[in-house]
Amino acid sequence: MSIRVTTLDEKIHEIPTNESPMASQEYFVNMGPQHPSTHGVLRLVLKMDGETVREILPVLGYIHRGIEKKGEHIGYRQFVHLTDRLDYLSALANNWAVSMVVEKAMNIELNDRIQTIRTIMAELQRIQSHQLWWGVFGMDLGAFTPFLYGFRDREKITTILEETIGARLTMNYIQPGGLMFDIQPDFAKKVKEFISYFKPKLEEYETLVSNNVIFEQRMKNVGILDAATAVSIGTTGPVLRASGVAHDLRKDEPYGVYGKVQFKVAVGSVGDSWDRYRVRIEEMRQSIQIVEQLIDNIPEGKTLVMKPAIKIKLPAGNYYSHIETARGIFGVFVVADGTDRPYRIHLRTPNFNNLWAVTVTAPGWRLADLVTILSSLDIVVPDIDR
Amino acid sequence: MSPDDLVAAVIAIESGVAKKDLCDRLAVNVLPETLLKFMQRLHDDPQLAFDMLYTHTAVDYPVENRIELIYQLYSVKQRHYLMVATSVKRDKPEISSVSSIWRIAEWHEREVYDLFGVLYDGHPDLRRLFLDDDWKGFPLRKDYKDDFMLERPE
Repeated sequence: MSIRVTTLDEKIHEIPTNESPMASQEYFVNMGPQHPSTHGVLRLVLKMDGETVREILPVLGYIHRGIEKKGEHIGYRQFVHLTDRLDYLSALANNWAVSMVVEKAMNIELNDRIQTIRTIMAELQRIQSHQLWWGVFGMDLGAFTPFLYGFRDREKITTILEETIGARLTMNYIQPGGLMFDIQPDFAKKVKEFISYFKPKLEEYETLVSNNVIFEQRMKNVGILDAATAVSIGTTGPVLRASGVAHDLRKDEPYGVYGKVQFKVAVGSVGDSWDRYRVRIEEMRQSIQIVEQLIDNIPEGKTLVMKPAIKIKLPAGNYYSHIETARGIFGVFVVADGTDRPYRIHLRTPNFNNLWAVTVTAPGWRLADLVTILSSLDIVVPDIDR
Repeated sequence: MSPDDLVAAVIAIESGVAKKDLCDRLAVNVLPETLLKFMQRLHDDPQLAFDMLYTHTAVDYPVENRIELIYQLYSVKQRHYLMVATSVKRDKPEISSVSSIWRIAEWHEREVYDLFGVLYDGHPDLRRLFLDDDWKGFPLRKDYKDDFMLERPE
């Protein structure tokens, strides 16, 4: 058997098999790698017919940093730092996933204080990530105000996190065996202040964008992703749930203290851009609820239950752990050989699969709708390239 | 379905399927020749119904002259997991593509081709995913070297 490997060049210059029905001419356009609405360095090669998108070829690798290769040369505790640079809007969740692999492999029991703080932090970051998405989504659709509103409110969470963690973007706070530092004494007070500030703001988001007829018409029925396709292309997070599949690891395989708190999984029905929008807005409400339930009773205890040694030796074997970030399932697969470095470490990143949805949903729509669809998928490119 | 029942049901599908040791989740080893048929059954059987491919990756073992291919499966309907592993020879890394079963495999397989050089039979569009089309070598193989790699001081 001979297996042929093609190139992008060949793919673009392929002779079309069937002529376009309207006898119009199809042509290729590059969108990106430096396009404002691709949210990073993502290049999309578009096959266009007039203004209609016929086919989308994503070209990846513009910020491929070889994180998996680097991981084979450094220890587990050092690897946590690199995960901040994947999906930089879910840095804490990414840290948590790596820590979880190590803790499970070494059978480390964490106390309730660590688990509660981790959960609160992850939920705060989920809200923060959705705020940024909401702002940028508005801007992609041509409205500048949401961007300012989103960033204004995001700043409040960033400040709270910065006071405890010391960083604003690359958090690097959750480490194997616990947390880097204890929370600041007035952390709970400030979080509660933020919640009472943000609740009416979220309603403002709704009046500003959700009930705006222009937004509604640009989102409703645009880029429909049906449930069967969403599952077969392995999308996760809000993208999958907007298509009506209630798969959320916080419910299906509870970690942290998610098993002890009450919250609903937001689910859509049609799977269009509007549903993806609604799901994320609802998730912000649910995250507020989760934080509210936990913030008053953070248990006492140590914030690190493991020796903070750099070298961590995992027993030989294959380990896989995953976590629900703001964008979907982030999984870490480790092959350990008994030394202090992983033999192989693989990251299953949510955006990798979610980006595929654009190649399925966008053909047939106009170029301006492609921007809506791409933005509604909430892609963070460094997470795809790794 | 309990984990034990699931393993028994999976092993019964095809000869040569065995439970994989040293894994924290349910995992089986499959012979490379039967992979496609086996995966099709995992996907189609209503009791198993593995409708989602979480991820597909590879691990290079140069000493044993093999590349291990890993598939992480999940069933949204039945809510259970399975890890499927199979091995191909390092000097003749060829395997059937599962992209006809899970569409996303098309990208995962391109990634594994890009970084490990595994060739997939029946893949609709096999080309590099991250690196340039004219890149030499496969970086995630253990013996990969290029001009701008730094030697790690031991």
